[in-house]
Amino acid sequence: MSDETSSKLDEINNELTDVKSDEPSDQFLTFFMAGEEFGVDILAVQEIRGWEPITPIPNAPNQVLGFTNLRGTVAPIIDLRLCFGVEAATYEDSTVVIIMLVETEREPKIMGVVVDAVSDVYNFSKSHIQPSPELSQTKQAQYVKGLGSIDDKMVILLELTEQLITDSDVLAGRQLQAS
Amino acid sequence: MSVDLSQFHQVFFEESYEGLDVMESALLNIDISAIDDETINEIFRAAHSIKGGSGTFGFVDIAGFTHVVETLLDLIRSDQFEMKADHVDLFLRSVDCIRTMINQLESGASCDMEVADELKIAFNLLLDGEASPDTDSNSGSIEGDNQSDASDSEGWQIYFKPELDILRTGNDPVRMFRELAELGELTVSAVIDEIPSISDIDPEACYMAWNLTLWGSATEAQVNEVFEWVVDDSELTITPLSLTGGEAEQEQEQEQEQVVVTDEKEKLSEPVLENVQEQINEPVDATLKQAVKKPASKKDTKTESASIRVGTDKIDDLINMVGELVITQSMLSELGKDFSIESMPKLMEGLEQLSMHTRELQENVMRIRMLPISFAFSRFPRLVHDMSKNLNKKVELILLGEQTELDKTVMERIGDPLVHLVRNSLDHGLELPENRVASGKDEMGKITLNAFHQGGNIIIQIIDDGAGLNKEKILSKAIENGLVSASDNLTNDQINDLIFLPGFSTAEAVTDISGRGVGMDVVRRNIQDLNGSVEVESKEGEGSVFTIRLPLTLAILDGQLINVGDQVYIFPLVSIVESIQSHDQMIHRVSGGCDVLRLRNEYIPIIKLWEVFNIKSDHETVEDGLLVIVEGDNIKVAVLVDDLLAQQQVVIKSIRENYRPVHGVSGATILGNGTVSLILDISGLIKLAGVGRDAYKKVSESNDIEAA
Repeated sequence: MSDETSSKLDEINNELTDVKSDEPSDQFLTFFMAGEEFGVDILAVQEIRGWEPITPIPNAPNQVLGFTNLRGTVAPIIDLRLCFGVEAATYEDSTVVIIMLVETEREPKIMGVVVDAVSDVYNFSKSHIQPSPELSQTKQAQYVKGLGSIDDKMVILLELTEQLITDSDVLAGRQLQAS
Repeated sequence: MSVDLSQFHQVFFEESYEGLDVMESALLNIDISAIDDETINEIFRAAHSIKGGSGTFGFVDIAGFTHVVETLLDLIRSDQFEMKADHVDLFLRSVDCIRTMINQLESGASCDMEVADELKIAFNLLLDGEASPDTDSNSGSIEGDNQSDASDSEGWQIYFKPELDILRTGNDPVRMFRELAELGELTVSAVIDEIPSISDIDPEACYMAWNLTLWGSATEAQVNEVFEWVVDDSELTITPLSLTGGEAEQEQEQEQEQVVVTDEKEKLSEPVLENVQEQINEPVDATLKQAVKKPASKKDTKTESASIRVGTDKIDDLINMVGELVITQSMLSELGKDFSIESMPKLMEGLEQLSMHTRELQENVMRIRMLPISFAFSRFPRLVHDMSKNLNKKVELILLGEQTELDKTVMERIGDPLVHLVRNSLDHGLELPENRVASGKDEMGKITLNAFHQGGNIIIQIIDDGAGLNKEKILSKAIENGLVSASDNLTNDQINDLIFLPGFSTAEAVTDISGRGVGMDVVRRNIQDLNGSVEVESKEGEGSVFTIRLPLTLAILDGQLINVGDQVYIFPLVSIVESIQSHDQMIHRVSGGCDVLRLRNEYIPIIKLWEVFNIKSDHETVEDGLLVIVEGDNIKVAVLVDDLLAQQQVVIKSIRENYRPVHGVSGATILGNGTVSLILDISGLIKLAGVGRDAYKKVSESNDIEAA
């Protein structure tokens, strides 16, 4: 990973720790993917890591790239692009993985989500979040919580669910990605 | 009450279960012809603590019921009541009843009083019949012969001066007063003359005495009952109140305050103290317990106790070792600060030490999860007692190696298979007394449970001296069910092993023969889920031995690393039969695409790992690959792999925790280089590949992994 990226990551990780101390917030971590900006609730975000080789899972849905070793915990890595039906990017040193807690019916699960680049942390008060328009046709619709606007920019706010690993819509080629 | 008592409920439940176990085993030990006072005392004490605890926490149903049980026990203890065999059964039933009640409370429900009421009536009948006039006589310190006729008095004047240590014994004056207040109108005034100056005060002692006035129609017996716990150690005077109760009308605000102070003080000391007095086990885990409890409380369906009592010696060992580790660490970092090649030997030495300490630490942390197997064995005396009665058999149960330690998780999951096997031995293995005498044996049958360690494994044996397995009938049954063919030449062991086949389980006809077979496949599967194995040896007419072999822990596994393409997978070493380099002549194609390997006159289906896992491999054809022959669910398969790598112990990590179950994979581990490697699940692989069904017709398809 280049020095620049890693210093940027450090900066954001520091910011994350700051945020965690004073709880209820409307803060969202935003990231870029296929030219669009997305946001996730910052309290769900555990850390941001660079790309590391992963172990493919046999017969897993396409978007599940494999397992990674998260300091002794085995966590799945998911490519959001593939979840949203966008063509997969190439994974290289500058690829960023956001490790986050995904709520499930039982205990929350720790998963890594591959995105193009992390952008910033924004405050969206409730009034600035609009319900998402009917997007039922697109793959991402089920994860979209609302739309936030900041300085003429639009951010798609996501709420990731367990669907990430069970969704087999994208289970097309059944060919595992080489790590 | 500012302290939330509910945080101590779990401790109460656990201690009550322990108390019930004590009662149960003591009851089973009672020899009716010569009743031992100490045994009765033991039962009484256990009942007493349960009653006390449930009273403190406000579980009135349990307290009330236990009280009746205790009353009868007390009479027996003081030789006013003669204990007979059917009374033991009555007590055993009450133990069950209390256990059920606690269980219900634990799961958040209220107590189902139906059984309790029924038993209560039985107890009261016994009490009324033989001993009613004696009930009050054991509380000695009552002054005056005033018979407790309610109408006689307006109420009671009580002077209560507890001993200094009362708080240490877990008795709470405030609770007693509250109980009194339920009987009528109560005024309390504290006598605080004896409280020493603040510098001399022992914060855990109770220096106060109280004057209490209780108006109302409470009987003397009721008042006595409140103080029952403390009467022996306290100064207690109870006098009936004359019509002029003036003295109690004194000013009391100040005293009220005092009561509150005691209350606080009390609460601080009580939970800790109770634990200390409890057993050799330490209260160190009390905080740990709560920490563990919180996340666990989310899943309320099955309450597997999430806490372990750990001996202080184990904790001390750990602290020692961590200390050593810290020393080594600081030595190494010192070395690293200013490293030159001359200090290389020192570095090597340091690393050596580090690895030694790490290994020791790991072993010791594992030991914390270890419990003596007596936890699993303890239920059997009762089980055998009840069952032998139902079956009219005479059985002696011998428990050996009860102190053998076993991982807690394994222990929890071995219980059911063990019960099944013991039940089987009792039901099908042992003969009726007359048959035993006829065949020249002692009419008392013998079942032995034996546990011991053998090289990294724990072995549990269930030995009976019954009739043994009937080979002809097993064989004919197996042929009938199509599990084997008549032409197969099976060894004795192979025949015995047939009882573990799934096809053998459901047929009722099996129970008619003297052999076994009900649900044995389930037993074997449960044990295999724990990475263990079960075997049976039997001699007709002499009995059978079931041998269960289990790994010491579920957290670590001996693995064989293999690779396919650029992926490394792990086979559990126990499941590997052998590995061979295949030759052309050994491979046969069966129509339908499945290859089989012919090995020493046995046909073994071949699974290509790259194919079932959809990965790239360097050796895609059977001819030039390496075949690892593994066994799962009693089916042998040959798995095609690229290469065999090292054998090593691996730490098992759950993949369900953050993902979902994967077919053919039982878990994951982290290799030395930090990458994740998957541990293969043989029976899952077999199902995934869809082989083996021809070999054994009735492979159960249950246990299919569902996506979470």
